[in-house]
Amino acid sequence: MTEVDLHDLLLKYKSHPYELVRIQTPHTGRVEFKVEDGMAISGPKGKWQEIRGTLLYILERQKNPKPMYAPIDGTVVEVQTHLDGAFVESDEYLMSIKHPMNKEEVISKILCELLHIFRAPEKAKYLYSPQLAAKMGDKKEKEVVIQPGDEILIMSRMKRDIPLVYKGEPGVIYRTYFSPTRLVDQGEPLLGICPVEKITSVTRLVQQIHLEWEA
Amino acid sequence: MEAEKRFLNLENRILYLIDIKGDNIYPGFFELKAKADKLKKNFYQLSSGEILSEMESLEEMLAFYEIKAERDLTPMEIARIVRNPQRFTLRDILDNVYDDYSELGGAGDCNIDPAIVVARADISRKIGNRIYSHQVMVIGHEKGKGEEFRNGGSAKPWGNEKALRYMKVAETEGIPIHIYISTPGAYPIEDYPGSAQQIARNLYEMTKLKVPIISVISEGGSGGAEAIGLSDMRLMLSHGYYSVISPEGAAAIEGKIPEGKKAPKELIDFCAEQLKITAQDSLSLGVVDRIIPEPPLGARKEDDGFFRRLRYEMLRATDEVVLSTKTFRTLRAYSVKRRRKMPIEGEFDVDIRWELSHKERMRLLRLRSKKYRSMGTRFFVDLRHPFKKFMDKASSGLRYFYTEVYFDLLKKHKRSVEKVIEEVSQEGTIALAPIKNPFKSIYTFIKDRFPRRVLRPIDHRLPVNAVADFGEIYVSPLANEDRVITCPNSHTHGCLDLWVPDLYGDLHGVCPNCGHHFPLEYQWYLKTLFDKGSVREFNSHIGSTNSIGYKGFDRKIQGDQKKTKRKSAIITFLARINGIELVVAMLYSNFRNGTVGAAEGEKFVLACDHARALKLPLLAYVHATGGIRIHEGTVGVVQMPKCTMAVREYIDAGGLYIVVYDNNSYAGPVASFLGCSPYQFAIKSSNIGFAGPRVIRETTGEDIPPDYHRADNALKRGHIQGIWDRRTFRKNLYMALLTMGGKNLYYR
Repeated sequence: MTEVDLHDLLLKYKSHPYELVRIQTPHTGRVEFKVEDGMAISGPKGKWQEIRGTLLYILERQKNPKPMYAPIDGTVVEVQTHLDGAFVESDEYLMSIKHPMNKEEVISKILCELLHIFRAPEKAKYLYSPQLAAKMGDKKEKEVVIQPGDEILIMSRMKRDIPLVYKGEPGVIYRTYFSPTRLVDQGEPLLGICPVEKITSVTRLVQQIHLEWEA
Repeated sequence: MEAEKRFLNLENRILYLIDIKGDNIYPGFFELKAKADKLKKNFYQLSSGEILSEMESLEEMLAFYEIKAERDLTPMEIARIVRNPQRFTLRDILDNVYDDYSELGGAGDCNIDPAIVVARADISRKIGNRIYSHQVMVIGHEKGKGEEFRNGGSAKPWGNEKALRYMKVAETEGIPIHIYISTPGAYPIEDYPGSAQQIARNLYEMTKLKVPIISVISEGGSGGAEAIGLSDMRLMLSHGYYSVISPEGAAAIEGKIPEGKKAPKELIDFCAEQLKITAQDSLSLGVVDRIIPEPPLGARKEDDGFFRRLRYEMLRATDEVVLSTKTFRTLRAYSVKRRRKMPIEGEFDVDIRWELSHKERMRLLRLRSKKYRSMGTRFFVDLRHPFKKFMDKASSGLRYFYTEVYFDLLKKHKRSVEKVIEEVSQEGTIALAPIKNPFKSIYTFIKDRFPRRVLRPIDHRLPVNAVADFGEIYVSPLANEDRVITCPNSHTHGCLDLWVPDLYGDLHGVCPNCGHHFPLEYQWYLKTLFDKGSVREFNSHIGSTNSIGYKGFDRKIQGDQKKTKRKSAIITFLARINGIELVVAMLYSNFRNGTVGAAEGEKFVLACDHARALKLPLLAYVHATGGIRIHEGTVGVVQMPKCTMAVREYIDAGGLYIVVYDNNSYAGPVASFLGCSPYQFAIKSSNIGFAGPRVIRETTGEDIPPDYHRADNALKRGHIQGIWDRRTFRKNLYMALLTMGGKNLYYR
């Protein structure tokens, strides 16, 4: 972590307080769009997120029409209308959702830039390794120090449990981004690690972000 | 002051009539209303003579409209009478029918469930100049006198539990129970003890409660009414209603009305009429014993005459039930019967004591059983030829005779003799031990000198064919489609898309990643669960019919019969699992979504009796059930106590009753003959509950999580005892039969 010009960082987010969520096909299939450019859409709602978001498109593969819903609120942009009705490959870019970020999301984004982020190597479920869980049980939050070579997480997918070894610089677990019951996509942040000597400054920075954003 | 009071009463009557008639109010009535409004406006400007004359004229007109309204009452208007805030409630009955009472288990809002009121009360009768008093337990729904916390008379599971607890108190004390039903339905909540499961427990206990039970129905809302409604004498108020579902609910289903929208008024009126909810309908369908007359347009809080009549009817009904248990009763029964023809309210010839001896209690239970078993027996079709009927009856009689002689006479005595021999032998072993032990020591010493014979360990493992998962190779027709399907848990568990022939073939409809069970047709279970060729169906000739003449239902029934090539939504058969014979009742989804009507109820009762006669375990496998069949109205509702009665008698006779839920199991059946089983299991990914999410949202106003009814949650709440994987169903069931069934798979 280097010196960060917090003011510039905040200005960057204030000038463009949006997150562009790319919508790509999870697998091959024939695409049928259900939204247009500029359309306001909603993400999952309800106390248990049980109400689905807006239907974005239908992806049909082997007579299995799979409805794909908006994962987040926002406005649809860059709809690749030329792909409507076409058979596409996996990971084909279809559209983006311009999502207006709230304060918590901004903090999360900025922390991603400030902390050393340990990312998901595969799409899987993640849980703390027994050693780390035992360590965390005794200590308060942000007090658990991890060293390179420590087994920190277990990656669980399709009945495979693979231990993950930490390879970054030593530090404390400042933020956890995953839930053991949910599947995490590849490349998504799992842990935010902060060197011990910089915890105070990072905490202060977060408080400042709180104040700056409200201002 | 007198004139003001009189005018106020007149105004209330006008409002009451408007409430009841709703949009059907007579056009001329508005003129009357306008005149009343004008009189109200000028009340203090007019002379007393003018006021009196105007009021007399208005009263005369109103009386005319009231008589007309009473004559033209529609079922929906009756429902509105019952729901009107001016109608009497249980507290009015307690104040006016009983001499004195003490509320039990709470008072007012300081109560575990204010919707259920329990009271120990005294009721008296006058014979000549003497007053004779009786003690009773009064239990009922209360919706007034604190409407804000009464929840509209909708009892929560713990309210029904309270009712049951005090019914048992009454049984201990040997006093009759008077029940007043006035509920739109039970409060649909799954929290322990759970709506459905508690209603089932109530019904199960009430089947053999050894005191006379008299119930009065004012508003009989399906399962909520049945929770406390099983009784020896079922009375119904002339302006009450008794229904399987509210007319509004039926209209929403019939009209496929989306959530949040109201069904059209015409459709609601149509459903109210088709459901046969009135007292007269209930009497003609045989689901109530008698109607208690009410004043025109229904009794209200201030109708003293009605309360006198109700008191008389309750006394008389209790007398009748008590007398029916007595061997020597001719003159007293005649006296009660005579009064029934010429009721002189409050007067009786003789004081009949309500305490019952042991023999009388047994007779009471026999009569109760007979009463419920005969309900709805004329509302299904029996397609057998009369000769076949006779032959079947004769053969079943012979079979029952054989089992009675073999099990109850010979085996019972054989067991008694064996027990005596065993006990004598054990006593002898201990008595002879001091003499035997020295010889035994010498024998052991000599035996140890020679090489020992290697003992073979006892094999506790299951027979080879028991652990094999499937009885027969069967491939679901669902597997014949060349396409892929997405697991509903793919977004949380990352399950890959599944190729349908694989899923419904080798995988038996189970997602290999998360274990989600996709629904399979009932034939899969018939073919794979039981030993090959062991399924022998019985009573297949009993078929569903349009029992209450619901318009358009004939076509639906015929359609389902044609589609499924079966006559009802239940299949009853004898089958074997690894050689163990058992009776199975299977409710399946393809026929009216596994709903229970008169035919299904009768077939289930006969299956219980069959299992009882043959001393076999009974399995109720619920492939799916949507509840009680709405189109059979109260004939369907009474299947709840009827089937529970058969289950209770089967279990009391020593039977092993296991219930396994699959797919979706909801409402009445779960709240009666399924939910009362001591051993309930579920197949993975199934849903079990009392009411569906929409009904819960609409009645309670609260949202529920998407997995509210999942088997996992039912297990957490203690409603079921375990969750089985479909692929190990056969093995689990076999183990359950062995471990729960005991040595003979039949307790006694």
